[in-house]
Amino acid sequence: MTNSEKNRLKDKAFQVFGIFCTFIGLVVLAIFLFDIVIEGVKRIDWDFLTSLPSRRASRAGILTAWVGTLWILVLTTLIAFPLGVAAGVYLEEYGKKNRLSSFLEINIANLAGVPSIIYGLLGLEIFVRQMRLGGSLLAGALTLSLLILPIIIVTTREAIKSVPRSIRDGSFALGASKWQTVWFQVLPASFGGILTGIILALSRAVGEAAPLIVIGALAYVPFTPSSPMDEFTVLPIQIFNWTSRPQEAFLNNAAAAIIVLLIITFMLNGIAVYLRNRQQRKIKW
Amino acid sequence: MRVSEKIIEGLLWLSAVITILITIGIIWVLLSESISFFQVVSLSEFLTEKEWTPLFADKKFGIMPLVAGTLLTTAVAIAVALPIGLTIAIYLNEYAHARMKQIVKPLLEVLATIPTVVYGFFALTVVTPFLQQFIPGMAGFNALSAGIVMGIMIIPMISSLSEDAISAVPRSLREAAYGMGSTRLQTSFGVMVPAASSGIVVSVILAISRAVGETMIVAIAAGQQPRLTLNPLVPIETITTYIVQVSMGDVPRDSLEYKTIFAAGITLFVFTFALNNLSFWIKKKYQEKYD
Amino acid sequence: MSKKDIKLEAQALNAYYGDFHALKNINIAMEEKNVTAFIGPSGCGKSTFLRTFNRMNDYIDGFRVEGQILLDGNNIYQKDVQVDELRKQVGMVFQKPNPFPKSIFENVVYGLKIQGIKNKAVLAEAAEKSLRQAALWDEVKDNLNKSALALSGGQQQRLCIARALAISPTVLLMDEPASALDPISTAKIEELIYELKNHYTIVIVTHNMQQAGRVSDQTAFFYMGELVEYAKTKTMFTSPKDNRTQNYITGRFG
Repeated sequence: MTNSEKNRLKDKAFQVFGIFCTFIGLVVLAIFLFDIVIEGVKRIDWDFLTSLPSRRASRAGILTAWVGTLWILVLTTLIAFPLGVAAGVYLEEYGKKNRLSSFLEINIANLAGVPSIIYGLLGLEIFVRQMRLGGSLLAGALTLSLLILPIIIVTTREAIKSVPRSIRDGSFALGASKWQTVWFQVLPASFGGILTGIILALSRAVGEAAPLIVIGALAYVPFTPSSPMDEFTVLPIQIFNWTSRPQEAFLNNAAAAIIVLLIITFMLNGIAVYLRNRQQRKIKW
Repeated sequence: MRVSEKIIEGLLWLSAVITILITIGIIWVLLSESISFFQVVSLSEFLTEKEWTPLFADKKFGIMPLVAGTLLTTAVAIAVALPIGLTIAIYLNEYAHARMKQIVKPLLEVLATIPTVVYGFFALTVVTPFLQQFIPGMAGFNALSAGIVMGIMIIPMISSLSEDAISAVPRSLREAAYGMGSTRLQTSFGVMVPAASSGIVVSVILAISRAVGETMIVAIAAGQQPRLTLNPLVPIETITTYIVQVSMGDVPRDSLEYKTIFAAGITLFVFTFALNNLSFWIKKKYQEKYD
Repeated sequence: MSKKDIKLEAQALNAYYGDFHALKNINIAMEEKNVTAFIGPSGCGKSTFLRTFNRMNDYIDGFRVEGQILLDGNNIYQKDVQVDELRKQVGMVFQKPNPFPKSIFENVVYGLKIQGIKNKAVLAEAAEKSLRQAALWDEVKDNLNKSALALSGGQQQRLCIARALAISPTVLLMDEPASALDPISTAKIEELIYELKNHYTIVIVTHNMQQAGRVSDQTAFFYMGELVEYAKTKTMFTSPKDNRTQNYITGRFG
């Protein structure tokens, strides 16, 4: 075999290996999802969705868990959305190129890399202990808001950046103030991108268990929360709890709860991807 | 300027500055609690003692077993994710058609959107039983399964960041290589990967940082037994798992046990903070290489 | 024309980028050890055409070719042709100098190394030979292990020529090799081309009319994907047959 032939053979071999690597992740994913559905789908029915947790696997449901997840989702949005967008707007439109803004940038990049469980420790000390919120929905939502704040800020900035200079100039030329320009031109023009970022951030928050466990969210809550000050559990914690029990029946419950959690996560991601595509198609600057 | 404009700008500024307060808050919380921990337990005991048993009657406070557990699962995860992720990046860049790339990339991203508690379930109920068929001595909780599954989760992180780095290499270099009769493989490993090495290194560092801080997979599948070992087949405990374990129990505030989770937390924070900033530094240093 | 052998030939060549018809029925024959210049306004297809001779367009999505390109009488677009073998015969120098981020020596011997040649003496000898051919040896012989990126633009481009020569091609394709260089470096490259044509068949794409006049034996004028005129350079520059050629040469467009 000549050297060239050897080289070509290696090239082909790597191509096959490349295809293998590209699909192994997806194949494993498919196996996992298949396994989950097999184990869990028989447990999913109306009772499962509307029952309180129980010591007996066959009677336990996820009512408190998904209601808690919904509460967390809404509260986190209410806190993180205005805060993150405002910070993004400041950094992109107002912040001058000085030491403070470059420090802010490095700081946000750093926050994005802090493990979620550290945010849990922060929430435990500040919200649960100092502010005396206890293991409440509000404390959980505040903690998760801080966790996803960097994601929202970064995507808001990217969305705002893609609004062309000419739009701002046009607005200023008509005598609009800076805030008027931001409010009436820049934000509407970048809203699709901002929304996409927020939904992606929320889908991250929905799957988080660790920081909420640290702030004291409980595994067993015998009632559905009715105010932000109530104690709560969420789907990921319920899944964690069931997964750590030895009985097979609880594993089936966990699988069933995972199906529900995955449906929520995939739906949020699907909406985000849809919005992003629509945005890209609608606006061609 | 009108007053309302000033007020609005002030509010926006405040929102941005809150991010600094978060950082200060994290550091303050971790420091203040661990300082009172270190008033009881000496730093040298913390760093050199080989056992971690704060919840037992015979208390020992050596962080090493937790660090070892964390590094072990991380090493397994990177050993899985780096070769696969880098190969995917090269394959998508040099071999795959544009259409295939368009379809595969978002599919891979799905791997990164699945909640980690779900991965933990997979590791415990699918991967461990599967591996036990081939490795008879393997325990039900172990670093291997948790690490492998974590590696799968991290694949899209390495593949997409590395792919960005490789496709940022100027086209002219690739053409030069092809122009001399290189195969795609020779072009990739001889020219593209070396030229993109700083970006690839950054992707790996960020992946390590992610793996070090990962909690639920290891809490579910790797066990809760602090152990100073390199054996991936036995139960271990990571820093993150320990924090979860204590949080699940009823540990009274101001007890030494309560403070241990902050001492563990600051150890974790130091690791990830160093890794993240190392990656920023590399990125900044090499960014202008081809401009 | 002359009695020399035909080295490169295009027969009824059409090329497409998706729906865009980039090259329209091109027929041309180029002689061995001659310099042929491709001229024409931007987007006329001259670079696309140049890149069909070593099939550099293969990796562009949606690109396809009809017709034949003959190298020594063999169609290089035939199915069994190995592209890497082809490119060892047909070297290429690009518009902008594109040295690899490695040492000067590593750049020159890259092509040999990927062919599996490891013998240090052979590599060193080949490096010296091609650096001498590229008129770069005297400037770099003491710094062969320095990074190629530390060289000046003109030196980098001669290094890229040396790199192409090291694998002993018979044809050298040059895609506006001096367009990114200062006048002095350009003059050096042109001198070099004059030397190199004793050993190689050279095809050069250029924007610069004077350059085409100085270095080439034959000139081909392209316009909107067509080969408008192909003649001896002297003839073309003094008495072009086609109006469009005349207008381009005298600077009325382009």
